Amino acid sequence: MSENGYKAGSNLEKVLKAGHFAFTGECGPPKGANVAHLKEKMEHLRGMVDAINVTDNQTAVVRMSSKAASALMVQAGLEPNFQMVCRDRNRIAMQSDLLGAYALGIRNMLCLSGDHQHFGNHPQAKNVYDIDSVQLISMVKQMRDDGKFINGDEIDVPPKFFIGAAANPFADPVEYRVYRLANKIDAGADFIQTQCIYNMDRFREFMKRAVDMGLTEKCAILAGVTPMKSVGMAKYMAKFVPGMDVPEALIKRLQGVEKKLQAEEGIKFAIEQIEEFREMPGVAGVHLMAIEWEHKVPEIAERAGVLPRPKLDG
Amino acid sequence: MIIADRKPLEEIQEMIKDCSKVMLVGCKGCVTVCNAGGLKEVQILASILRIARKKAGRPLEIEERVLERQCDPEYVEQIRNDYDQFDAILSMACGVGPQFLSEAYPNQKFYPTVNTKFMGGAVKHGIWEERCAGCGTCLIHHFDGLCPIARCSKSLQHGPCGGSANGKCEVSKEIECIWDIIVRKKMEQGRLEDLRNIRVAKDWQSARDGGPRRSIREELVS
Repeated sequence: MSENGYKAGSNLEKVLKAGHFAFTGECGPPKGANVAHLKEKMEHLRGMVDAINVTDNQTAVVRMSSKAASALMVQAGLEPNFQMVCRDRNRIAMQSDLLGAYALGIRNMLCLSGDHQHFGNHPQAKNVYDIDSVQLISMVKQMRDDGKFINGDEIDVPPKFFIGAAANPFADPVEYRVYRLANKIDAGADFIQTQCIYNMDRFREFMKRAVDMGLTEKCAILAGVTPMKSVGMAKYMAKFVPGMDVPEALIKRLQGVEKKLQAEEGIKFAIEQIEEFREMPGVAGVHLMAIEWEHKVPEIAERAGVLPRPKLDG
Repeated sequence: MIIADRKPLEEIQEMIKDCSKVMLVGCKGCVTVCNAGGLKEVQILASILRIARKKAGRPLEIEERVLERQCDPEYVEQIRNDYDQFDAILSMACGVGPQFLSEAYPNQKFYPTVNTKFMGGAVKHGIWEERCAGCGTCLIHHFDGLCPIARCSKSLQHGPCGGSANGKCEVSKEIECIWDIIVRKKMEQGRLEDLRNIRVAKDWQSARDGGPRRSIREELVS
């Protein structure tokens, strides 16, 4: 740990350490080098969230690199959460990118396995998976805390990241999910951002088990929220997104209002969720993934009562 | 065993379009067992090629052979007497066969007629599935004999990933999630604690490092 008592000293780390309910957002880089478009999207999140996840070629579709987009955020005075997947890089490229990301001022990162290339626009590509997400967490922690590369060599100025990981409480086998979460925490995850939650009953049960196992004392769990824009989106997610649990009751609720009011109903549900997460034992914050809906984040944050975001120094 | 599938006919025809006399050599090893390149398949492919070329007005002469194994120099010698009497030689063995033949007979042309796919076995009559990735450092004792390197779409050593649903892989409902099987087996046997640990990054040097991998058994080397 550094002299100031922080592992990495990112804003997100400070917010969580101070005991605030964290609120993070997400921004997918453009499918091109369109910096203006990225800036327009990320500006919607300024002052609304504690950190912004920058996705790493999500759904295996080629986009501007998460490292470059994260660096552009740093330059603009925003705090990125740099996502890194195991699909596209071996341990050499990963460690190199971690050094580079740190040098560019990036202080949070999220370690992911990554969506299989089969889903994306280059299904012909050869994947890497030299190491997996748990080993990536462990590697980033070793680089930070021991100042050593994965091969044991000393690092000249080690990169110090606040280490994030993902958890999907709804994937199978459900009984095992909390154990996999425990493995990620043992490997070194400082915070967890969950998959989008729609089934609140199942998430309550998952959190209860995490609390009972003492996991929430070792790691900050941020509950994933993605507002539904329409019944169509809800049905699509229920049917086609693996490991996603969209209860029939939610689909019915959205069907119960006029089409032009479905987006508002989706936002209302998201706000109700955020309000419940604030009271739910063990939940340290919310990760709002408003996919291609960044401009709605200020309204959701305002109505959910998470503004203003805390400002912390030192 | 090694599993192979026959290449599309058009691809084979294209390889030998300039030939009028070829040898088609099967193998009595793995490709016989997986019905891709044994005696029967040699006979069928030879017939199809002959008929097609006859129809096209350019008859093709085909000599049919089946070697004991094409991955063994001793048996590769079995065509020494007449290998040079043909415009080219087609092998129905796995990817090893054409190479052993090509190395033994530098002045002849050799073409493969199968796509070599994986190491596995028959899960049903007529259906074969991969079981081993040949990574060179077997880990399956940790997973009750099941291999996530070969069978998980992401070769995860700490699965299952967030895309596992109803025992199926996120890539396709046709693919079993091997991690689901591993975890359920551990749960049923009350040994879930076996999976509560962090495995060190795998050493892939035994998997595909520095040219063709070798296995040397000193007591057999003369």
